[in-house]
Order: sequence, then C-alpha cells, then structure tokens
Amino acid sequence: MPVVDGWFTTEGGEFRLLGTCCRDCGAVYFPREDAFCRAPGCAGTELAEVPLSRRGRVWSYTDGRYRPPAPYPSDPERTWRPYTLIAVELAAERMVVLGQGAPGVTVADLAVGMEVEVVPGVLAEEDGRTLTTWHWRPVPGEAS
Amino acid sequence: MEYGTKAARAALADAGLEWSAIQSVVGANTVRCGYPGQVAGATFAKALGWQGARVTSVYAACASGARAIDTARAQILSGMADTVLVVGSDAAPKGFFAPAGGGRPDDPDWLRFRVLGATNPAYFGLWARRRMALYGDTAEDFARVKVKNAAAGAANRYARYRSPVTAEEVAASPVVADPLRLLDICATSDGAAALVLGSVETARRLGMARPVRIRAVSSVSPTHPRTALDLPDIATDSAPPGSPSPIRSGPPSRGRRTRRRVLDRRICRWPRCTTCPPPWSWSGTRTWGCARPGRAPSCCARGRRRRAGGFRSIRAGVLRPSGRRFRRRLSPRCAS
Repeated sequence: MPVVDGWFTTEGGEFRLLGTCCRDCGAVYFPREDAFCRAPGCAGTELAEVPLSRRGRVWSYTDGRYRPPAPYPSDPERTWRPYTLIAVELAAERMVVLGQGAPGVTVADLAVGMEVEVVPGVLAEEDGRTLTTWHWRPVPGEAS
Repeated sequence: MEYGTKAARAALADAGLEWSAIQSVVGANTVRCGYPGQVAGATFAKALGWQGARVTSVYAACASGARAIDTARAQILSGMADTVLVVGSDAAPKGFFAPAGGGRPDDPDWLRFRVLGATNPAYFGLWARRRMALYGDTAEDFARVKVKNAAAGAANRYARYRSPVTAEEVAASPVVADPLRLLDICATSDGAAALVLGSVETARRLGMARPVRIRAVSSVSPTHPRTALDLPDIATDSAPPGSPSPIRSGPPSRGRRTRRRVLDRRICRWPRCTTCPPPWSWSGTRTWGCARPGRAPSCCARGRRRRAGGFRSIRAGVLRPSGRRFRRRLSPRCAS
C-alpha cells in the first residue's frame, strides 16, 4: 500500500508522482494542494491533479547514516542500512522534489546536475504490510 | 521550566529590577521533541509568581528568541509596556529531533519523517552539498564554524560544551548526513536565556548612561514561490510558468566561486539563528549584509565570524545599572 494516498500512481503502467495544478495561475503543488492555491494574489480554488515530470536533475543530495526516529517505518531490531536523499529539480514544473534514492544508490554515485528518474520503490514492511513510495535513480548511462 | 526561571531571575538581578516591576512577559515557546511544548510565557509568569503582567507566547522554531524580542520591542515602542521580560528555555532528548507520537498525515513535518526519514541534519546536509557544488565550499570550511563556535563556548561559563575543538577532530567525527559530520551539526540540548528589555525612559530612570539599544529585529516569511528547499518541506513551490527558473542547477563552473547567485538572495529571507550549522547560518549572513552570496566561508576563514558576539548579527541588550554594554547569546542550545 502507498505510504501516503494520492501522491503517486502506476495508472497506465507508468509510475508518476502526482501533484496538483491551479487552474487560475498554473502553480504546481507537491505534496498536493486540493482546496486553495497558495500563491498570494491568486483566488484559485480549483486544482487539477497532474502527473509530475518523470525525470529531473539533481539539485542536491545527502544520506542518512543513522536510523531516523519514528514515525519513520524501520524495525529497530534490524541493522540500519543508510540510504540517500536526493532533491531533484523538475524543469517543466520549475520545482525541487525530495525523495529517497533507489536501493544501492550511494552519495558516491551522485553529482549535482545529474539526470535522475522517478521509479517505484518499497519504503518498509510494517505490520505485515508493504509500504510503497517513490525513489530517484540515476538515469542509466548517467551514473558515475 | 527550571532553566528558564533561573535565567529570568538572573536577568532581573542583572537589570536591577524587581519581578513586580515587569509589566509584560514574552515567552519563546520551547521545542519539545520537535514541536512547541507547554513551556511558554505563562509557565514562566507562574513560576516567578503571578503578579498580573501581560503574557505573550511566540513560537518560530529556532527563530523563537528573535520573534520574542521583536514582540517585546513592539510592545515597548507602542507604549503598551515599559519593562518586558523575554524568556525562553529548551529541553530535548538525545538524538534527532522527532515529532511527538501519533499519526498526523496532514502535517508536513510528520510526513517528512514518515515518508522520507528526513531529519534536520539531512536538510543541512542538502544545503551543504549544494553549496559545495555551487560555491566550492569545502568540508574544511564547515569545520571552521565548529572551531569558531567551540572557541566561543570555551569562553562562556554557561556553555554546555567548554572544550576547544580542532578541525582535525571535526574531520575525525562520524558522518551523520553526508557531507556533515557529528561535530558539524547542532547538539540537541537543554538550556535557557532571558533578557529584560525596557523603554529609554526606564533606562534613564534606572540611571543607565549608555543603555544597549536594539536597532532592528528582522524575521520575515519567505515569498511565494519559495524555490529553495526548506526544512521541513518535501518539495519547493513551482516558479511561475514562462519565467526563467530561479533555481540554478547543473554543474557550476569549475575553479572559481560564483559571487552573485539568485539562490542566496532568496534563501536569506528565512529567519534563523546565526549559530545553526554552517550552510544555513551562512545563508543568513546575507540577511544582515555581512557577506556576499557564497562568500561567508572566506569571511569565516579570515576570522570575521570567529565569535558570534563580534558578528553583525542580532544583538539584544540587558539594561544594566552600570550602563556597560552587555550582550548575551540568544540561543544557548546552539552555543556549541
């Protein structure tokens, strides 16, 4: 099950992040805004769901060498495996979206400006459920 | 609460004022486990003994102290009060700041922990890496801030950490959020600070020849669209369609530090304390016009930021009977 409902979709066989777009001013929001546009001076209240760009360029990156606190779903009995966090600039939306790097992607594999793509991922197993999420992964051929 | 009460009593004694003479208390709400707790203005007013003062509580994360001072200043300038006690305290467990328990899927701060495990140091790490790519900052630049802060702590008998730290010790500490190491990031800690602020007339009445004056307090919101990634956001706003992207990504030109970037001009609108980890505090240096974008590390290297007190940052004054200038660090939690 998705870790959050309505943030991504696999409809049509293609995995995409889902944002919303103000019908009045065109501002794009992720995580989604469904009630009001946040642009000052815009009275927009109609926000349409839009899939975000599949690819973007690395704005910055870091990693988590220590287990984050709850509510991050992680079994404290298991050995902690660091993961990367990648902030990705989407050219069309002109915004930066944060996400975890795909398993196996380390900071040594990343560079600011590198092209990455969004892929479906598994966040954790929790209470017998598989929590799904989005991951950023270097576009094949871009990895250093 | 006990820390704050002690700080408040010390500030009152320092100012030469009785608690009963305080007309207003402004409390900077504490952060407990990442969220404002119950330790606010009324808590201190009660702990010091109810005496009928006006009570205000403000919360602005690590800018709470600045906001509390700004609120007190506005009350004094409006004539609402002549004497104001500003007090804040903080208590945090070891380890990462974390949300309080319970599920809150409509809370962005809860969501960033839930979905990404994005701790505060992770955001500092993102900014650090971004600066390295954009301006050529180095791990050594970041370490110098710790060396500077530790030197200040060693000179402050109220500091939690009073040992000088070398750049080698920073480099030998474990990485927490690449490229930042344990000694680069803030230690969660317990502490308090209190100030007594008063009108010019009050200072005169108390016989202060040269009272410390607050020239300005600046803490404002960013402007939409916010296109730099801030804690605790999972994404930025989108820049307007058709406009050039204000976000500079892509590899910077090699071998030289770029002086003027839109990025730094935008991020410096965020209120922050100047002793936060280097990537953020350096962006804050632009707020007060202390350094051009990307230049803070070199200023630090030359010693201009060796001590917070010598830096043109927010200064707050405790009015002393002797009239001597006295500055107190705003946030002991960040003193390390």
